[in-house]
Amino acid sequence: MMEQFGLLRFIPLIPLAGAALNILFGARLRPQFAGFLACGAVALSFLVSLAVFWLLPASGVFRDVLFIWIDSEPFKAQLSFQADALTAVMLLVITGIGLLIHVYSLGYMGDDEGMTRYFAYLNLFVFFMSLLVLADNLLLLFVGWEGVGLCSYLLIGFWYEDHTNTIAGNKAFIVNRIGDFGFLLGVLLLFWEMGRQGVWTLNFSELERAAHLLRPESVTLITLLFFAGATGKSAQIPLYVWLPDAMQGPTPVSALIHAATMVTAGVYMTARLHFLFSLAPATLAVIATIGALTAFFAATIAVAQNDIKRVLAYSTVSQLGYMFLAAGVGAFSAAIFHLFTHAFFKACLFLGSGSVIHALGGEQDMRKMGGLRRYLPTTYWTYLVAALVISGAPLTAGFFSKDQILWQAYASPNGSTQLWLLAWLTAGLTAFYMFRQLFMVFHGACRVAEPAKARLHESPAAMTVPLVLLALGSIFAGWLGTPDFMWGSVWDPWLQSVLGVQEAVDDAAPGGELFLMALTLGIAALGFLLAFLLYGRESRVAERIAATTIYRWLAHKYYVDEIYDCVFVRPFTACARWLAQIFDPGFIDGFVNGVASTIRAGSLSWRRIQSGDVQHYLFAFLAGTLLIFAYLLGR
Amino acid sequence: MTHPFFPVLVLFFFAGSVVLALLLIAQMVGPKRPNPVKDEPFESGNPPKGDARIRFPVKFYLVAMLFLIFDLEGVFLYPWAVLFRRLGIFGLVEMGIFLTVVVVGFVYAWKKGALDWE
Amino acid sequence: METNLAPLLPSAEVVLTALSVLLLDLFIRKDEKGLLVWISLIGLALAGGMALFLWGSHEGAFQDSILLDDFALFFTELFLGAAAITILSSVHYVRETNIHEGEFYALVLLSTFGMILMAAANDLILFFLGLETMSIGVYILTGMWRERSQASEAAMKYFLIGAFATGFLLYGIALIYGAAGSTHLGRIASALGQTKSHGSIILSAGVFLLFVGLAFKVAAVPFHFWVPDVYDGAPTPVSAFMAVAVKAAAFAGWARIFLYQLSPLQSEWTLPLKALAILTMTVGNLLAISQSSVKRMLAYSSIAHAGYLLIALVAGGESGGQALLFYLLSYAAMTFGAFGVLIALKEGENDHEAYSDFAGLGFKRPFLGMAMSLFMLSLAGFPPLAGFTGKFYLFRSAVVAGHIDLAIIGALNSLLSVVYYLRVIVMMYMEEGGAEGKPFARAPYLYLAIAIAVLGTVYLGVLPAPALDLSRISFISLH
Repeated sequence: MMEQFGLLRFIPLIPLAGAALNILFGARLRPQFAGFLACGAVALSFLVSLAVFWLLPASGVFRDVLFIWIDSEPFKAQLSFQADALTAVMLLVITGIGLLIHVYSLGYMGDDEGMTRYFAYLNLFVFFMSLLVLADNLLLLFVGWEGVGLCSYLLIGFWYEDHTNTIAGNKAFIVNRIGDFGFLLGVLLLFWEMGRQGVWTLNFSELERAAHLLRPESVTLITLLFFAGATGKSAQIPLYVWLPDAMQGPTPVSALIHAATMVTAGVYMTARLHFLFSLAPATLAVIATIGALTAFFAATIAVAQNDIKRVLAYSTVSQLGYMFLAAGVGAFSAAIFHLFTHAFFKACLFLGSGSVIHALGGEQDMRKMGGLRRYLPTTYWTYLVAALVISGAPLTAGFFSKDQILWQAYASPNGSTQLWLLAWLTAGLTAFYMFRQLFMVFHGACRVAEPAKARLHESPAAMTVPLVLLALGSIFAGWLGTPDFMWGSVWDPWLQSVLGVQEAVDDAAPGGELFLMALTLGIAALGFLLAFLLYGRESRVAERIAATTIYRWLAHKYYVDEIYDCVFVRPFTACARWLAQIFDPGFIDGFVNGVASTIRAGSLSWRRIQSGDVQHYLFAFLAGTLLIFAYLLGR
Repeated sequence: MTHPFFPVLVLFFFAGSVVLALLLIAQMVGPKRPNPVKDEPFESGNPPKGDARIRFPVKFYLVAMLFLIFDLEGVFLYPWAVLFRRLGIFGLVEMGIFLTVVVVGFVYAWKKGALDWE
Repeated sequence: METNLAPLLPSAEVVLTALSVLLLDLFIRKDEKGLLVWISLIGLALAGGMALFLWGSHEGAFQDSILLDDFALFFTELFLGAAAITILSSVHYVRETNIHEGEFYALVLLSTFGMILMAAANDLILFFLGLETMSIGVYILTGMWRERSQASEAAMKYFLIGAFATGFLLYGIALIYGAAGSTHLGRIASALGQTKSHGSIILSAGVFLLFVGLAFKVAAVPFHFWVPDVYDGAPTPVSAFMAVAVKAAAFAGWARIFLYQLSPLQSEWTLPLKALAILTMTVGNLLAISQSSVKRMLAYSSIAHAGYLLIALVAGGESGGQALLFYLLSYAAMTFGAFGVLIALKEGENDHEAYSDFAGLGFKRPFLGMAMSLFMLSLAGFPPLAGFTGKFYLFRSAVVAGHIDLAIIGALNSLLSVVYYLRVIVMMYMEEGGAEGKPFARAPYLYLAIAIAVLGTVYLGVLPAPALDLSRISFISLH
């Protein structure tokens, strides 16, 4: 059932207009005004999203066709938006949490010179992100997909005066492009395979109808390529390395782009294309394994980080791993549910850490914090709530959504005990590193250096109000999806219209879910206890642990960055250098002047050869011609 | 039956071999007693002076080029004149167009001063 | 004798304009030379109007050695537009560099005439005449900034190598004439059908020499060495004109001769053409990375784009032709734009063509910065800009024709190209202390040209359907 709903287009267009106004006229406006303009744009967008959410019929789809984008028989793509239950959820997260973060930014970026630019980028991001979730075909989705990558790049390198920031931005962009390349190949391959069946389309609903025509092996390849794109955007093994570095950007950006929305685009895409993924059990197994491994792996790294934001970054990678685990076992609705709750508590944590950093004048090292509870009460309480939620304290959002994933990982037909075990261990680690952080930052003796200590202050209302709202959201957002033995889930039936009815979980052991829940609570409590023992009291144990080899390994993130540098980056740059400096001049000159001058020419840059003699050019010309003729004669 | 152009090929071959043979014979038979005077470039019997590569006023080239262009365009008029009756009015108009273009070029060259010697 | 002169109308109008400009230039004062710009533009507009009026007709003149079909008209409009943009963006440039205005515009127009002839020629001799008319004009244009020695050097090199390539082309035509008994493409095509036993090796040799001559004009590797030197030395508007219009003209000839008339021989040249495409893309992109001058980078990027365009020629068929024509349109818009911004950075004697000169441009001249970002992103193939849609169709045509490996190499290459295109954006927005850039008031015509390019880049990317239809119809009209 499709219904025309003309308001849809305004969800992305209003932020786009905001961004355009800020870019074009920003220089002439007061910075404060730029901020309000951006907030207003997102607020309007949020209202429209609410209307969509409210009016959306139980199993219906809203469409909004703008115009026909590409029309070349037999292929036709429209620039049109669609909103179903899945999109509506994503829209609420993007515009709702986006709005809170915009407001927070008013306080956080209040005295930054580049405020206009900042809000322009932020609005542009909301535009692309909503485009991504509203797209009704893969092509438009890809537009949004690239666009959010661009915005992320611009915002990571926002403080471009510091060179490490631009490098981090480049890293994020390049790693993402590797994934995007896979994604684009996937789109092309899908397009081609569908075309061979006579269906030239990239529209989601048409693809869903025709998905059964595809050959199983090509579906597997296509979905694997799509997943390669997802590992880039959503920071999974092996392409997760950019996300921790992306923390160089302003903290609200980390909260919005690198925790709540953009990094979840991969999960969203997987859910949007669930009809393809469901046809490829091999891919699902890969996704589940990589998700579980990423969740565990990133959590262990988070244990040993001392930078307040890096802990959260690895935690995000870990939680994204949970989402992919859920998707991989076929529980797409659980994945989206966790995406939804995660957006609240992780945004809250990031904004809380931003508040701490703001109060300390830019300090991010947790070893130089401590005892901040007294100075930043509101931040402390909201942080505590969010930490409890992410650790899975009973009756909070994290408890319900994580429990669902763990249960599915164990009991779903695609699940297994090993997957569950990894996820279960991760739950314990999560509690440990979160409370390690909480204790190091807010408890114990204050280790803040003297001049900064005197200026310690609670953040302004623009920052604390979003924190409180997000903390409340973290608790209650989960009540939408409680297990069956409580009041049941309103979530699953709502998404069923999009994601289809999930295969019934084997109900042989009715008490199973309850039992697993207890186990999870147990290990989380254990993690909390350990954190308290090691970091909650003034003990020397922590320092001794810090000296162990394992800890060093973890602190250096298993040296993955270094390995990548050695295995991929250096050979590539060396190869490029070789081509530019040795091969090109060597090749051309070698023919002309013989071996002796090749050695000499090797030391010259190839540019000097280029500006050199016409004879060389003519020689290359002739050599090319002769080659072609050699081909002609040798055929 | 050989190709009708075969004799031409034979001629090419013989012409080439005669040249080669003469050069080779001179090289082999002729005595070689070089001295500094002999090695000098020959300049009509005068003692050579200065560099062989002297600067030459560029105006000569300009005039030569203009001459070539207009000369060649003049040549086009001959076949046209021969076939004038058969081409009829169409040929007249076409040659008019051609001459207009040439005249524009001429006016341009004149006005730019390409025809002034000084 | 019945002669249909309609097919000549647009090109005759262009020649007439060129001659008027040349003559008028002799009789007006230096401060009145602005008039020449207007005359040239009006002449081009008139020619464009005629071509539009003739759209849809299908007729020939002079024993069908000139054809008037939608294909020729499509390219006519493209060349006329390219000439107009070149003139618009050189108005300020020629005044700053003391280039003789009258000759400059007249030569642009005369080269345009040659290009139109190339796209419409159905006879190899006529094609050759068009090519030479275009080339000689462009040789001179390259060296027109006589106070700069690089310009003379570039012109000399271009001329020498061009003459060399012309020799190949002409010899190819001679061999084809020897084998097929005609230079008329239609008769060559029918001769192909009749006999293949006698003279097939001569025919192939001729076709391959033609192939080499055209490969030189589109700057395919290894016939590309002149490109960086010549584009770098030539006045920037001329570089843009060469990168877009000369290349498009060569591709027009290639499409008409190889994709249509000689298509029975397709199996012979598919493999070398494929090798050429791969080599051209890869070398162009790899060498572009290590440039420090944006102008040289754009030269290498134009080589890489020639490689992408060759993909369409390998693919052939309707989808290949459509992709070729559409990509030429998109490429024209974004390349003119990028060179236009480069022109806007020039101040007097200082060219300001290094990457470092772009530093901070995004804040000093927001319009130029935004436009340049658009062009760079489009050249790199980001959606929803023209470059993305164009590449999408190019790779699609390769996939449709069964050359999936070409599509993959092309996609990898466009991935590689991001490195150097993005560097410009990084410079503009993340560094400080570069060139000032001309404000709007000092170069309104140039800004107009850039604005047109921006519109084109966005329009072809967001709403490609009409242009795609146009490309398809134009290509089909060959048959």
